[in-house]
Amino acid sequence: MSVSTAQTSLVDRALPTIATPPRGRSRAVRTRYALTVLAFLLPSAIPLALFVLGPMIAALWVSLNKWNLLAPMKFIGLDNYAKLLTDPGTGEVFLHTVYYIVGYLPLVYIGGLGLALALNTALKGRSLLRGVYFLPVVTSWIVVALVWRWLLSPSSGVVNTVLGFFGIAGPGWWTDPTWAMPSIILASAWKDLGFVMIILLAGLQAISPDMYDAAKIDGAGWWRRLFSITLPLLSPSTFFVLVISLINGFQVFDQVYAMTGGGPNGASEVVVEQIYDLTFRYGKAGEASALSWMLFIVILAVTVIQVRGQRRWVTYG
Amino acid sequence: MNRKLIAAAGIAGIAALVLAGCSAATPAETGPVTITYSNFISNGGNEDNLAKIVAAFEKANPDITVKVTTLPYDSYGTALQTDLAAGTEADVFDINGPSAYGPLQTNGVLAALDGVDGSVYNTALLDSYATGGVQYGLPTSFSDVVLYYNKDLFDAAGVSYPTADWTWADETAAAQKLTDAAAGVWGDHQPVSYNEYYKVLVQNGETFLNADGTKVAFNTPGGIEAAHWLVDKSGTTMPTIDQGQGTADFDTNLFKDGKLAMLHTGIWVFGSFADTPANWDIAVEPGNTAVANAVFSNAVGVSANSKHHDAAQKWAEFLSSSDDEVNVRLDSGWELPTIADTAKLNTYLDKGKPANRQAVFDAAKNIAPAPSIGDAQSEMQDIITGELIEAQAGRETVEQALDNAETKINALLAG
Repeated sequence: MSVSTAQTSLVDRALPTIATPPRGRSRAVRTRYALTVLAFLLPSAIPLALFVLGPMIAALWVSLNKWNLLAPMKFIGLDNYAKLLTDPGTGEVFLHTVYYIVGYLPLVYIGGLGLALALNTALKGRSLLRGVYFLPVVTSWIVVALVWRWLLSPSSGVVNTVLGFFGIAGPGWWTDPTWAMPSIILASAWKDLGFVMIILLAGLQAISPDMYDAAKIDGAGWWRRLFSITLPLLSPSTFFVLVISLINGFQVFDQVYAMTGGGPNGASEVVVEQIYDLTFRYGKAGEASALSWMLFIVILAVTVIQVRGQRRWVTYG
Repeated sequence: MNRKLIAAAGIAGIAALVLAGCSAATPAETGPVTITYSNFISNGGNEDNLAKIVAAFEKANPDITVKVTTLPYDSYGTALQTDLAAGTEADVFDINGPSAYGPLQTNGVLAALDGVDGSVYNTALLDSYATGGVQYGLPTSFSDVVLYYNKDLFDAAGVSYPTADWTWADETAAAQKLTDAAAGVWGDHQPVSYNEYYKVLVQNGETFLNADGTKVAFNTPGGIEAAHWLVDKSGTTMPTIDQGQGTADFDTNLFKDGKLAMLHTGIWVFGSFADTPANWDIAVEPGNTAVANAVFSNAVGVSANSKHHDAAQKWAEFLSSSDDEVNVRLDSGWELPTIADTAKLNTYLDKGKPANRQAVFDAAKNIAPAPSIGDAQSEMQDIITGELIEAQAGRETVEQALDNAETKINALLAG
């Protein structure tokens, strides 16, 4: 048995060689191989089946029923889906979610990239800074949301107070329908910056310094090197960040629940907040399950498109 | 190393884990029992008071242990619903008022409580938790909303104290005189929400729903006037949303800091005002054309699935009517007990600040009935509160807000 001693990064340059089952050997050997594979798969397959696949299938069944969580379910076929598709509120919550993603993604990616580039240099105390920027990632959303609510408090918040020094009258932030979603986007980008930074930092460190040396000899400036070497070679990490952030973005909930509760008057109501309200507050678990499945299909479609599209711009090695 | 052995051991290990998870044993009913009680009523300051009642119960019933879980008011309903759906509810659990009792009883999650001595309870409150002559819940406490006022601020502004004869106009006039923007002192505070709106409708001779409960009835000149009464304080005699109004504890903290002259809130904050240096008292809320007050009660029910029904019911009765419970409640200024014996309740009147405790009982004489529409209740409440806040923030007129609320709620009532 050989253990690879080559340095590995989070995003592998080359695809690992996939082990193939031994061919043309006895049945006993093949059985033993199958059992070995099974033994390695089970520890993650069992929880996946119990806590993800099972509930998903159960939700599919619930989505075909009328259910208030208390009384027995009543089968109503596709009525929940029909109701959601004709309800203008459904389009609104998807629109709010897309608004969140469109605002959040560029902010967190450009911010994370800037931090990764800065902390990839020989900066003094960079280990400490990397830790500091990662801290919000591992902090509970409830805590972060409370702090941001306070920072963005319209009358006494730090942000509006500082804006006031410059003669700018700050907006009502989370109390104002126009500014509720930007408030959530700001807090979310701040919290997730460290996560994007770590992924991109790992990608940056896997780029050989030789590339930059060669480019410098050829007379390439900082921007030239960024666009011709860093970004193309970072594309697998960028792709990973994009896929993960989009999936998480569609499922945005904690910060909305804790900062605005979907308000004021539904201005920041996103899909998962709606699923929560329908299930636990409005006694419509069937409709909520149908909405969950609609969200799943949207996320699946977006992810498939992304994976298909990666050939065009993602460079491996 | 033998891979076959590793594989076999791995599979066996996982199988053991899975099987262990499946074989949760049910304890046999022998001698001492432990019952579970899930509550929100003690959350936020009355945990020790509940512990005293539990201790008294366990002393009187040495073979029963009560395991208490306390949840915050805001998330209690969600937690209960989840537990009920999963079948993991406590043996005894709190019921947040008659509007929560309705759906629970209809959906069959509450056990019938036979053999309860109904004579010890306040009949009106007891009847709110009975259906078809069968008791399914026992009222543990009641409370109402009154008008708190800071006497020091009234004296300083030379305004006479609120009386039972006050109307909205008197309150407005006083609030305007008491508001001193330069000193950061506000005249009045009343939440802009569903729980206030259904009540002020009755104070103005209107109702929330029509007689048969099929449509809303608030979009009338009187209903619009009532909505103005709530909304128009904001920015004149009450802080605006941007100034923090509407956030948790904002109003009570303002009152404690001596920066608020009048406050509409429930008697459940007596305890937290006890250490306030300000000289304060209470009065029955003024009405416009009628006197009407919001009266809230809480109850406990026994789960229909409880394996210890008798012990659970014993605890439910103790928690709602025993002398120990009554004394703890009266001594601590917690919400009021729901007993019939007025002689016992009279000691409440002499328990110190506020002096005018009689107002608590007077308020309960004119109850504004709370609309109850079953499963869609929370959605209806969210709509009203959301639209009223739009009007308060000036993004809609009061008329537009009520039009929108009427359309949305009528659609909800139509199913």
